[in-house]
Amino acid sequence: MEIDPIIFRLSIFILSIFVGYYVVWSVTPSLHTPLMSVTNAISSVIIVGAIIAGLSGNSESVFNTSTIFGFLAIALAAINIFGGFLVTQRMLAMYKKKKKDK
Amino acid sequence: MISANLSAIFYLVSGVLFILALRGLSSPETSRQGNLFGILGMIIAITVTFLSTGNFSNGFIFVIIFILVGGSIGALIAYRIPMTAMPELVAGFHSLVGLAAVFVAISAFSNPEAFNLGSPGNIKLVSLIEMSIGAAVGAITFSGSVIAFLKLQGIMSGSPITFKGQHPLNAIILISIIVLIYLLCSSQSSNLFWILLAASFLIGFLLIIPIGGADMPVVISMLNSYSGWAAAGIGFTLENTALIITGALVGSSGAILSYIMCKGMNRSFFNVILGGFGATEDNGSNSTKEQRPVKSGNAEDAAFLMKNASSVIIVPGYGMAVAQAQHALREMVDTLKKNDIKVSYAIHPVAGRMPGHMNVLLAEANVPYDEVFELEEINNDFVNADVAFVIGANDVTNPIAKTDPQSPIYGMPVLDVEKCKSVLFVKRSLSPGYAGIDNDLFYKENTLMLFADAKKMTEEITKNL
Repeated sequence: MEIDPIIFRLSIFILSIFVGYYVVWSVTPSLHTPLMSVTNAISSVIIVGAIIAGLSGNSESVFNTSTIFGFLAIALAAINIFGGFLVTQRMLAMYKKKKKDK
Repeated sequence: MISANLSAIFYLVSGVLFILALRGLSSPETSRQGNLFGILGMIIAITVTFLSTGNFSNGFIFVIIFILVGGSIGALIAYRIPMTAMPELVAGFHSLVGLAAVFVAISAFSNPEAFNLGSPGNIKLVSLIEMSIGAAVGAITFSGSVIAFLKLQGIMSGSPITFKGQHPLNAIILISIIVLIYLLCSSQSSNLFWILLAASFLIGFLLIIPIGGADMPVVISMLNSYSGWAAAGIGFTLENTALIITGALVGSSGAILSYIMCKGMNRSFFNVILGGFGATEDNGSNSTKEQRPVKSGNAEDAAFLMKNASSVIIVPGYGMAVAQAQHALREMVDTLKKNDIKVSYAIHPVAGRMPGHMNVLLAEANVPYDEVFELEEINNDFVNADVAFVIGANDVTNPIAKTDPQSPIYGMPVLDVEKCKSVLFVKRSLSPGYAGIDNDLFYKENTLMLFADAKKMTEEITKNL
């Protein structure tokens, strides 16, 4: 009997939930806003699906329902990726420690 | 073109980098490095996708164009957005993730061959289930986030919108979504797919309209979680490890944040989601409210009190964000520090409109993060402090949460502001906060009310110091 690959994916999924659980509890509360913006950016890795869709056109026509929605999804995810990482960077740059000389 | 195994390994690497990105946020020192890990993970995932399709002729140029267009819009927003608008920005970004998930699902449904999922009308059953769940959750995330965005932006009223039969209606739609997914998987009908999407958009909208403005921290965290589950659903469809790992991370992250926010208000998750807090119970009690005496003062009195103090605790809230008073506040604190007065900041978990909102605003105003404390860290210090300066916070300082079991906020963790020798309360009027109840702190012997705009008052005090 062979194991269906979906079981492996399910295992990765469940284990990642646990990893996420412990990692996020260790995030300091003062960084909860950057946490949200960075999770936003990384969840836009959904762009990989959009790129596959966008590249699926054939030589006769680049545009069909599938590719058009792919292109739109690429644009949306790209807004999030650039916006999310950059705004996180901007926020994190503001967190400074007390100066030593007081 | 690289092999499927090799690209799967690279996707795993980018998933691990995303974990490290979140791990970095455990302290401000490591956080910037963490963000770089995240960016690296994203670059790897995108590059590998291009290499694994190996198709650079059809549509490649359009893919690049759309990445650049979206990227420039995103970068522009990131640089121009004021820090006070962060909750709106995050809600807006969530809606985009949700919509992107919906679009990818539509693409996959209309051209399953491109994703190795079978042929149109004959999609693999498992893939179809995963796809429709991903699409439904994505659609809920989208419309829910749009409503949250409109409420935060003030385009839509922040007060809860409730109507008769709301909960039964929501229940019917939720059940019909499950039925639709079942029918869709057995019939493969594209009409059902569109109806499913429409029903999901509708329920996202209906779920968020009854939730009021100050519950937005919970809503934003919840939508954050949804966007993760939507991504994971699509990740299963595409058999993509990076997407599955990320979806799980984001999903649990949002769930933990909503839990923390609910605990900060001592309310159950369902109580928040079902909405309408404070809208029903306080209508009757308003008429019986007696006028109680309050002491009010001006900037001079406040400056006098603070000058003679040896330690001051600042309690900021959403009102500070509204008045954009964080810079004025920092200037005031600088003056206090010059006079050798010890100053610290106390942040309640639900202060502001999203988790960590106050911390970002204070960081923006150059307040060092080691002067800013969470509720548990600082609550015992109020007894020894001379002055508490409450600026823009209200319900989170109400001592009634500790004393009156009848109160709607009874049991909510509050800052023990009343234990300070004196309390300065900057507020525009005596009106109650979001919970719709009077704050006992206003009428205490040692409280001095400063009726003014938070920013103007803070500037005035600085002048008088």
